[in-house]
Amino acid sequence: MEFLDITSETCPMTFVKVKLKLAKMDKGQELEVILNEGEPLQNVPASCEEQGYQVLSIEEVGGGKHRIIIQK
Amino acid sequence: MTDKVEVKADKKDLTLVCFSGDFDKVLAAFVMATGAAATNRKVTIFFTFWGLNVLKKDYGRKALGKGILAKAFNFLMGGRNKLPLSRLNFGGISPYLMTGMMKKHNVATLPELIEAAHALGVRLVACEMALHILELERKDLIEEVEDVVGVATFLNESENAHIVFV
Repeated sequence: MEFLDITSETCPMTFVKVKLKLAKMDKGQELEVILNEGEPLQNVPASCEEQGYQVLSIEEVGGGKHRIIIQK
Repeated sequence: MTDKVEVKADKKDLTLVCFSGDFDKVLAAFVMATGAAATNRKVTIFFTFWGLNVLKKDYGRKALGKGILAKAFNFLMGGRNKLPLSRLNFGGISPYLMTGMMKKHNVATLPELIEAAHALGVRLVACEMALHILELERKDLIEEVEDVVGVATFLNESENAHIVFV
């Protein structure tokens, strides 16, 4: 499983980094992303699904941070 | 970040006309471009006039061109490290101060955004007419520039796209 923490990133690098990371991965591989609530949480999972990737889970990990698992 | 990303074209394309060579405006153009590309839109940035400074291979000041006026203009305009702030430029110090503030707040800097745009497959094209005026050639521009085009090509390619002028 690949890992990416974008909690210290701001728009637009939040979804830019996720997109570039996923582009380098193989189909079927999973990516764990830690992101903040608000804009990143609203847009990152949606944008991944648009590209045909599967969002396997979204869970809150405290402090307004969330962990999402995406399968390419 | 050299791997190109495949863009799914089920959303409306975005074409940005980057006319300005101001640091803040160019920054806004690249934020929109990378944001749109990362959210699955096909993006083209058409650089013209002052915007061409962003694409110069020499990031600093260089007297490009043949004629004395072209050389003077190119030297004074400089490359992407010399882009002025549209207000409160303070003789060119402000862009450095602004870059420092951006780093402090974890906001992507202009070079980072340009690199991200390229990695995301944002198409960078240069205006043929403006290159002529400034006596610039394709070889004076960074490799990431995909094409040198005229306004007709730009309009044809942007027929079904949002066009934003910066």
